[in-house]
Amino acid sequence: MDALTQADGIGEDTRQTLDVDIACVGFGPAMGGFLTTLARAWNQNPADPAFESAVVPGIPMQVMCYERADDLAAAVSGVVTKARGIRASFPDLKPEDIPMSAEVLQERVLYLFDPIGASRRSTGMVVAESALRALGRLAGIKNHAFELPWTPAFLHKHGGLLLSLGQFNQWVAAKVMESGLVQIWPGTPVAAPLLANCAVTGVRLADQGVDRKGTPEDNYLPGMEVQARLTVIGDGPIGAVGRAIDEALGMPEGHAHREWALGMKFVIELPETAGHLLEPGTIWHTIGYPEPEIFGFLYAHPDRLVSVGIFVPSWMHDPSRTAYRYLQHFIQHPALWPYLKDGTLRSWGAKSLEESGRHGEPFLCGNGFARIGEGSGSTNVLTNSGVDEAWTTGVQLGESVIELLRAGREFTQANLTATYAARRRASWIEEGARQAEHARSGFQHGVIRGLIGMALAGLTRGRVSMHGSTPEPWLQMQPPQDNHEKLNRETAVRLAMDDGRPLHDALLTARGWPEIEFDGKLLVTHQDALLMGGKVQASPGFADHVRFRNQHVCRACDEKTCIAMCSGQAITLTAEGLPSFEREKCVHCGACLWNCSHSMDGEHSNIVFRAGSGGLHSAEN
Amino acid sequence: MSHAVHIVVCAGVAPDPLQTLEPTITPTGPGLKNEMVLPSVLDPWAASSLYEAANLIARNPGTRENPSKLWLLSLAPKAKLQQVMMTIAQKVSFELVPVDGPIGGFTDAHATGAALADAIAAIPFLDRSRLLLFGGWESASRGAGATLQLIGERLGITDQFQGVDQLDLRDDGSFEVLERVEGGRHQVSVCAGAPAVLGWATGNLPEPRNNPQIGMANMRAVMPALQKAKPATLAANGLEYVSVSLPRQQRETRVIKNMSPDEIANEVVAWIGAE
Repeated sequence: MDALTQADGIGEDTRQTLDVDIACVGFGPAMGGFLTTLARAWNQNPADPAFESAVVPGIPMQVMCYERADDLAAAVSGVVTKARGIRASFPDLKPEDIPMSAEVLQERVLYLFDPIGASRRSTGMVVAESALRALGRLAGIKNHAFELPWTPAFLHKHGGLLLSLGQFNQWVAAKVMESGLVQIWPGTPVAAPLLANCAVTGVRLADQGVDRKGTPEDNYLPGMEVQARLTVIGDGPIGAVGRAIDEALGMPEGHAHREWALGMKFVIELPETAGHLLEPGTIWHTIGYPEPEIFGFLYAHPDRLVSVGIFVPSWMHDPSRTAYRYLQHFIQHPALWPYLKDGTLRSWGAKSLEESGRHGEPFLCGNGFARIGEGSGSTNVLTNSGVDEAWTTGVQLGESVIELLRAGREFTQANLTATYAARRRASWIEEGARQAEHARSGFQHGVIRGLIGMALAGLTRGRVSMHGSTPEPWLQMQPPQDNHEKLNRETAVRLAMDDGRPLHDALLTARGWPEIEFDGKLLVTHQDALLMGGKVQASPGFADHVRFRNQHVCRACDEKTCIAMCSGQAITLTAEGLPSFEREKCVHCGACLWNCSHSMDGEHSNIVFRAGSGGLHSAEN
Repeated sequence: MSHAVHIVVCAGVAPDPLQTLEPTITPTGPGLKNEMVLPSVLDPWAASSLYEAANLIARNPGTRENPSKLWLLSLAPKAKLQQVMMTIAQKVSFELVPVDGPIGGFTDAHATGAALADAIAAIPFLDRSRLLLFGGWESASRGAGATLQLIGERLGITDQFQGVDQLDLRDDGSFEVLERVEGGRHQVSVCAGAPAVLGWATGNLPEPRNNPQIGMANMRAVMPALQKAKPATLAANGLEYVSVSLPRQQRETRVIKNMSPDEIANEVVAWIGAE
């Protein structure tokens, strides 16, 4: 051990403690809204005694925000948003203030036919498509795509903003830190909440100097315990702190995290010859391809940049699901390829989306804690909008905290309910969440019923919808019944085990999807994509954050969906048929968490997803 | 007996090289597109010198009356510097001396050197007779890599070492330095003592892990220092950039099964030889 390591206290097993006023977990749009609101109020009058620290009297409040990623630009979403809440916070905001931003100018909804004939389409869909195709150009069919004659109002984002979340987070973080009130610590994963009698008293940071299994090594540094008057949890749907609180306190009656989707996208620089074809602010929503259950999008940013991506949902019952290879087929669809061909892949990213909406809402607050953002069930699954909602929940908590500070009241469950929860319930967030509550229930019974249910809910503002229950994620996967499909799976698994081929790649090839012809610029291997436009990394000395509870279950698992759905190929298949995790390649998308098809106890899947260091870092996402 | 040293580490801020970097012409000259919202890091060469400096201080803490001290001097926009500090401040203990200046390295090395030399001269309680001026041997921030030498010249420090990988301080204040020379070898020099300029290569230490306790201790001084940072206007001194370009990335991916380690090694050696 070098002198520097010794001097830093590493190698000791004493857990350090720190007292702060407010501890925040995760820096995303929700936390941006919260900290912006708080810092702005303090800046208006730094001498306001309400903002004096209770833990270090005489100085301003100690507000600490801990972020797992190595930089605040680590986000993986191109976002189209009405920006209602964001614009309320920044009334003078212009798109040109934030790189890659544009005002939403035009929206299209395209139904994409399968030009290859490899996707899984029901007989009903095939018949309906044949009828539409027969009409040809009379029905407006062009490039194997049918454009809906109008965009449903509930999908409209016209006049809103198209953002790069990475750029937006950087912009917000700079403003928040300039205030001087808030410290945002990147590269600092939070392992767990500190719980005492159902109250949250702070957080514990992740241990360092441990091996992959978490066993202390020579340079062990136990994670610091941060004691706080208020803990604000905005660590997203797969965050370790939010999920630990759900586990400890349970969920409200009838609520559960059961609907998920993996969003994966490319940021592509268009060739000069195609740049003028897509006006910045152009938004396309797609359905139908590469599989009927997979929704897609294309957003045109300024400077010839586009974000193109797909969502692979948990209600896609097929356990052979994957994302990267599907995304490569998606961008080559004849409706998109003429624009994207000869483009250059600038960056890439993936993220799990919690799509349970109001059904996934946990207890919003309790003694000493409050939940904001996507992990608090704020995403509107009808309008496909999450960032603006998340931001607004942060603002609402910020306003509530200011109110409680000025009133000299504690952060108790009663006080937070009367302020934060009450604000949220009275706002457009709640109104939208109620309209969307059953919008997606139909998808459990197929795409057609799902789309009808969504349209009904959207057109009637939630008054009419298809009700239905959503099973646990592992029960949503339905193993193949026909022998041909089973044979395809077995062939793919054998290829992956014997030949080292990525399982997702082998799966789609075995199913009849054509091989991808790499061009080295836009169509590149999955591993090359990890190195483009950013970095995937993990700091040394942390434990593996993905674990497999029971290896026997993994060995016997036929589906191995966790491997095929792994966004960074961090989970691979060993020659022994077991999943193997490399945290240095993990982008923290969390797909493995809900893509395990087995549960030993009926409550958890066979995969544990804990707090971890690193992930994908790309400023352009 | 521990000999006290006063170390000033000069370190610029550079865009994270793994992000998409795109040269552009700004109203103030060459730059990178959207540079203010690109993630930034402490210039990696200088960062390694910071870790070496902290290690040296830990091994040579001085005495209670005369302790060793470490300052980090950085010229960058305050907002950017603050973001970078949130990571760097967790790694080692130091006192920040910020200079609020332009982002990017397309500045005149003489003007930058003058601003930094002035800032060093103004550091309270800095004992110039004990000063070891650290920095990067080269720069990832687009500078000419000459700034450190120029600061030394301005401060009248004539003992200068470049490409340093190791420094061993002796009890009498003299030190032995290993400098990189051609052929993968080191030149060993012994210097009678401070003051000296040391431009570090990579050194021998790994990047320290983040320690929140150190971060908290550092930030008590970092935040006020940032608020008081003096602006520096860097004169162009007639410097004109004719063109700018990024180093070309080279990546060639092939999937070859069952290749032996010897074959891989031979191919790598052949590739290096061809470069």
